[in-house]
Amino acid sequence: MEWMMAVAVGVLFTVGVYLILSKTLLRIVLGTSLLTHGVHLLLLTMAGLKKGAAPVLGGKADAYVDPLPQALILTSIVISFGVTAFFFVLAYRAYQAHGTDEMDNVREEEQ
Amino acid sequence: MNNLLVMPILIPLCTAVILMFLKEKVLLQRWISVFSGILNLVLACVLVTRIHKEGIQTLQMGGWTPPYGIVFVGDMFAALLVLTASAVSLGILLYSFTSIGAERERFYYYTFFHFLLVGVYGSFLTGDIFNLFVFFEVMLISSYALISLGGTKLQLRETSKYLLINIVSSTLFVAAVAYLYAAAGTLNMAHLSERIAEAGQGGVLNVIAVLFLIVFALKAGLFLFFWLPGSYGAPPAAVRALFGALLTKVGLYAIIRTFTLIFAGDPDFTNGWIAWMAAATMILGALGAVAYNDIPRILNYNVIVSVGFVAFGLSAGTPDALDGAVFYLLHDMLGKALMFILGGLIIAAAGTDRLERMGGLIQRYPLLGWSFFALALALAGIPPFSGFPGKVLIIRGGLDAGMLAFSLIGLGSSLLVLYSLIKVFRLAFWGNTPDTEQPKVNLKSGTAVAAGLLVLVILMGLGAEWVNPYISQAGDVLGSPGLYIEAVLKE
Repeated sequence: MEWMMAVAVGVLFTVGVYLILSKTLLRIVLGTSLLTHGVHLLLLTMAGLKKGAAPVLGGKADAYVDPLPQALILTSIVISFGVTAFFFVLAYRAYQAHGTDEMDNVREEEQ
Repeated sequence: MNNLLVMPILIPLCTAVILMFLKEKVLLQRWISVFSGILNLVLACVLVTRIHKEGIQTLQMGGWTPPYGIVFVGDMFAALLVLTASAVSLGILLYSFTSIGAERERFYYYTFFHFLLVGVYGSFLTGDIFNLFVFFEVMLISSYALISLGGTKLQLRETSKYLLINIVSSTLFVAAVAYLYAAAGTLNMAHLSERIAEAGQGGVLNVIAVLFLIVFALKAGLFLFFWLPGSYGAPPAAVRALFGALLTKVGLYAIIRTFTLIFAGDPDFTNGWIAWMAAATMILGALGAVAYNDIPRILNYNVIVSVGFVAFGLSAGTPDALDGAVFYLLHDMLGKALMFILGGLIIAAAGTDRLERMGGLIQRYPLLGWSFFALALALAGIPPFSGFPGKVLIIRGGLDAGMLAFSLIGLGSSLLVLYSLIKVFRLAFWGNTPDTEQPKVNLKSGTAVAAGLLVLVILMGLGAEWVNPYISQAGDVLGSPGLYIEAVLKE
């Protein structure tokens, strides 16, 4: 199971990096979004995939899953949600101000 | 258990939330901000004296004993940083009143200001590595808002870059935490330190250490500073002062904390990397400071030089060098805030940020001119200013550790810093007043704030003997992580 997750993380990172290296701001935003998804999967996998029951008091099982990574991922998802929303608004404002979302053209306008 | 530890985070948080509801009442916003700033300053003083008397203070959130739950740890290093940050932020707040402009004040400038402080204080006080990430994000999201507030073309372009760099480094931060959790099975910093010492640092743990180094170096502007000169030049002077004084320092704090506490097991390897990065930072930063002719860039490169210098103190690793790094870090927060405030005042007085279009300002603003001159001496490390004791300690530590070449680079970079600032002084204040129309602006209150910070810089330099017990208490904990671990895990 772990190897499938590793491949998925790898693919997400690759696609994310590829999008970040492209020129249009919109693709860059999507790239960062994919990159953070990749890292969330990584966090889930690194802490060990499901091997026991849900960690709820009163349940009777031999082994329980570690609940910590899920709490971490939840926190991280919320943060990345906020940041992505901000980035989209910023990209839209930059598009309005510059009249383009190509990063190359934006740079030329200096001075 | 000490509830005092959470107050520096709680106060700005509540202030920020209250200010959100007072959008149009700018005057009330100012009063509340100043009140909250003074309250925080007083509490930070209480915290420092208590830690000085009773040792490291901890607060276990929700009563979960470590290593479970999140713990807040106030050692002397963190408390001194909180104290200095609250003094500096109060000064910048007062400077904002006259410089930031009514539009920004109405659009939640003070709210974001206080949210940023929540992130900064939280990063200093937390004892949990994932919680550190969360506070970093609180600080960064506020900084995104502050850097883009106003929405000029320059700001929008620079914010896009700044945002992208920080999202990538935050992603790497989470990845590093994931690897660390897999390798050590805990996130409590004291517990991590203990476990890594047991397991022996090497192989995979060194890789994780380097990943953390990359993450924090990106935030601190240590070697990976390519984004800094452009981004810090975009927002108005008050925001620049806030960023230059606090944001890079939080990155540096994280480097110092992780590499003296968590990854302290293989100092030859980690300190070797940090030393080279520090040397490159000092050289490249000093060259940048000398090369440019516009004030924002000169000042931004000066921020980079000092980041390199503190990191060099860390890499030398002797008790002297660690004390020096703490002292210099505190000095630099004051000095950089003062530098950006004075820079902002000069730009306002001359109506331009290009040095070749300035001149003769000393006739109209003598106090401003001599403050800037004093600041140049302070940042270069000339007694009696506060840069001197820190520099002496770091260089002495570096020589003790046998790092002669690095120490020389440190001293050389100080000279170039002095040259770059004296160049600003000479071109902006001496010479003939240019023929172009000079703006008539009232800089009295801004200059008063700058003079207040300058007094602090001088007091810290003259009273170095009196400050030293606090500094060495902070340095002791950095030198022997056992003290920190014992304080957190003893119960």
